[in-house]
Amino acid sequence: MTARTATATRLSRRTFLISGAATGGGLALGLHVGGLKEALAQSVLGTTGNEVGAWVFIRPNDEVVVRIARSEMGQGTLTGLAQLVAEELECDWKKVRTEYPTPGQNLARNRLWGDMSTGGSRGIRQSQEYVRKGGAAARMMLLQAAADQWKVPVAEVKVANGVITHAATNRRLTYGKVAAAAAKLPVPDSKAITLKDPKSWKIAGRSEKRLDTADKLTGKQVFAIDVKLPGMLNASIMDAPVFGAKVKSYEEAKARAMPGVRHVVKVGDTAVAVVADTWWQANAALKVLNIAWEEGANDKVSSQSIAEFLKQGLDATEGVFVGNTVGDAGQAIAGAARKLEAVYFSPYQNHATMEPMNCVAKWTADRCEVWVASQNGEASLAACAEAAGLPPSKCEVYKYHLGGGFGRRGFQDYTTKAVLVAKQIPGVPIKVIWSREEDMRQGRFRPVGICRMSAGLDDKGELVGLAMRISAPSILAAVAPARLDANGRDSIAFQGLNPQGPEGQLGYTVPNLLIDHAMRNTHVPPGFWRGVNNNQNAIWLECFLDEVAKAAGKDPLEFRRKLMGNHPKHLAVLNAVADKIGWGTPPPAGLTRGIAQHMGYGSYVAAAAEVRLSDRGRVKIERLVMSTDCGHVVNPQQVIAQVEGSVAYGLGAMLYQECTVSGGRMVEENFDSYPMMLMEDFPKIETILAPSGGFWGGVGEPTICVAAPAVLNAIYAATGQGIYTLPLKNVRLQRA
Amino acid sequence: MARLNVNGRTREVEAAPDTPLLWVLREQIGLTGTKYGCGIAQCGACSVHINGALQRSCSIPLSSVKATDRIVTIEGLSARGDHPVQRAWLALDVPQCGYCQTGQIMAAAALLKSKPKPTDADIDAAMTNICRCGTYSRIRAAIHTAAGNTSASAAGKKA
Ligand code: FES
Ligand code: FES
Repeated sequence: MTARTATATRLSRRTFLISGAATGGGLALGLHVGGLKEALAQSVLGTTGNEVGAWVFIRPNDEVVVRIARSEMGQGTLTGLAQLVAEELECDWKKVRTEYPTPGQNLARNRLWGDMSTGGSRGIRQSQEYVRKGGAAARMMLLQAAADQWKVPVAEVKVANGVITHAATNRRLTYGKVAAAAAKLPVPDSKAITLKDPKSWKIAGRSEKRLDTADKLTGKQVFAIDVKLPGMLNASIMDAPVFGAKVKSYEEAKARAMPGVRHVVKVGDTAVAVVADTWWQANAALKVLNIAWEEGANDKVSSQSIAEFLKQGLDATEGVFVGNTVGDAGQAIAGAARKLEAVYFSPYQNHATMEPMNCVAKWTADRCEVWVASQNGEASLAACAEAAGLPPSKCEVYKYHLGGGFGRRGFQDYTTKAVLVAKQIPGVPIKVIWSREEDMRQGRFRPVGICRMSAGLDDKGELVGLAMRISAPSILAAVAPARLDANGRDSIAFQGLNPQGPEGQLGYTVPNLLIDHAMRNTHVPPGFWRGVNNNQNAIWLECFLDEVAKAAGKDPLEFRRKLMGNHPKHLAVLNAVADKIGWGTPPPAGLTRGIAQHMGYGSYVAAAAEVRLSDRGRVKIERLVMSTDCGHVVNPQQVIAQVEGSVAYGLGAMLYQECTVSGGRMVEENFDSYPMMLMEDFPKIETILAPSGGFWGGVGEPTICVAAPAVLNAIYAATGQGIYTLPLKNVRLQRA
Repeated sequence: MARLNVNGRTREVEAAPDTPLLWVLREQIGLTGTKYGCGIAQCGACSVHINGALQRSCSIPLSSVKATDRIVTIEGLSARGDHPVQRAWLALDVPQCGYCQTGQIMAAAALLKSKPKPTDADIDAAMTNICRCGTYSRIRAAIHTAAGNTSASAAGKKA
């Protein structure tokens, strides 16, 4: 997207370089030290006094405040990161509190808290080492301070639960008493810090309760949408429904005459906002603006035209990038005793976070602030600065817990727009809330895609060749072209299909293999949607493998096992779900079973499903067994919560959801046409946590990829008919 | 000027008669625990009790609420956040992002009032609020806990 690139260029001129902000790929900052004092003065943190290293602030009453750089959007990272710090700190878990350092402070303090981006299931795995070292460093400083005070060697000083003791003289001190002295000591070199073996963890690794629950039960939790500032006005906004269109005209008079309306403002070239005393007034007035759009060529695009366009990619030789290749798949399949082929379709999906996009912004000529729920506070800061026309050092971002993120709030379009509105009304805080309809129209959609799977079997039913041609838009090409490979390849297209690498390695060894991507970009803005391309990739591969196994006359599990000899970790999770569901024994009467495995975000995951297909073709998912090997588990009950949540998200999409395009715009605008999985359809889930240690995998996303194919394979076992198009509501199912 | 009875207090509000109760609560009265999710009675994030009955406040115009109607929002469900449903929610760490949870709690509290010992089928029928984070199994388990149910499903399948 050119706008994104333009942002990057302009900001770097201000000594602020952004790389892949949209994805949370991290900001490389040339520091703007001039703003340091100012940023500190604005600090909402107690950054002076009892700050023991970067991550720990200890109050005189022994309360330990752990700094959390990543965002909490429900995934539990806030609690998990605090556990990791507390583990090394050896403090009393009951006294642990948390706070978000602001992105402005992070900038002013030389990125003391590192990357703030929260996506790609990286929250824990990418920061675990330095936050644990932060906890350990603070512990060392506190012990040293106590030893200094007692004039004894630090080696004689012990700590447990935040209480420091010296056995020989029977003295004790709590952390709160020595924090001020400890804060003045030098922070130990992180290379000199040895971390605990996870086997000896006492706080981490345990199912501690979340630290952020209580306020979520009483209405006290303030989300960004709830922020209230003195003198604040409220705005509702409408951006061009046809992506790429511009505002041609609108009728202001009627809207202005409506109660509470204060301003009608154009936002960039593409949107109009009404600012009123209340949001409801603003939204009512927005509806009478009669906005006319300059739509251009995109207004002809439809789901059908996109499908046709993607179909051309199936046989194309241009704009095709290879993800994984072994031997000569084409030849092997051509010469095989038995050939199979299937073409799959996967629709656009919307994040539909429960809290619609919103942001409060306040702009003056020399300062701009935003109050926002963001998956990447630093990207919010960059967006704020860019839209405000101010250096980042004169901007600040106040982060709120997200009412859902799922990838959507890694993009900062809603922050930008709020600032562009606020800039036209200097000095007045403006809260811009997107209506649900606006939120659904202006998504960053999980890309549509089609995929042709082909396979060849020899006369003994062995797989001799496998080919996978994906024809789909590229996310990176749209949102972070700098992250494309040198030849233009989008590596993210191949999630879970890679020949090697810690993120997502294909779990099968096939003698002849070709996985490639015909990049076919549409005008619909794509985005990272929980699990991203793993979702489709796993469905396509795992469902097709069941068809191939059937053609080979083999059991789906046995067929897979034979290909997985070189992939023991993939196999272990698959075996675990197969054992638990009773694979190999007859399923309960009327039920059929399916399995699937995949690797995503550094974790190995598998699922087994039992479904009932009624005579009328209705599917009931009776049981799901999920397994994950994420290396290390920081909070088992929260990992289970993530597994369950990912199932709801993935299965909701598979069963009911699709965003269709008509006249160049998204058709589905609310939950009536984009239905969610509800309680009654949510299956019973048994989760197996099988951390094998030695690596750190992600948790929020990986399991999303296997729930859908396991269920689809269970349905296939009942129908004998491959399912080639989703969502399932569009497919007529009939028992074989 | 309209008069409302919210959480036992009389409130005077200035809003157009077609303003949904949700926005009156949030913007005029400042009770932001009641959430906006869809505005079309699909998600339940805006759930409140009116005269003891569960209602989706986004779809109730101010004009249809009488001064004598007793409106209870999440802020008024209990004095200390210790309604049995809230306690069960806390015990089972139900929320993820939390955005839907105040509505879920209001729906669960209404269910338990009409059916103190709900079955799984009762829960399926009554709990139609959307949770995009997918906390459904814990919601189910927490309702059973709040009801004092000890059936197998109440225990759920927690590790
Ligand atoms: S906001 Fe009222 S039901 Fe969704
Ligand atoms: S907890 Fe996030 S929507 Fe329910």
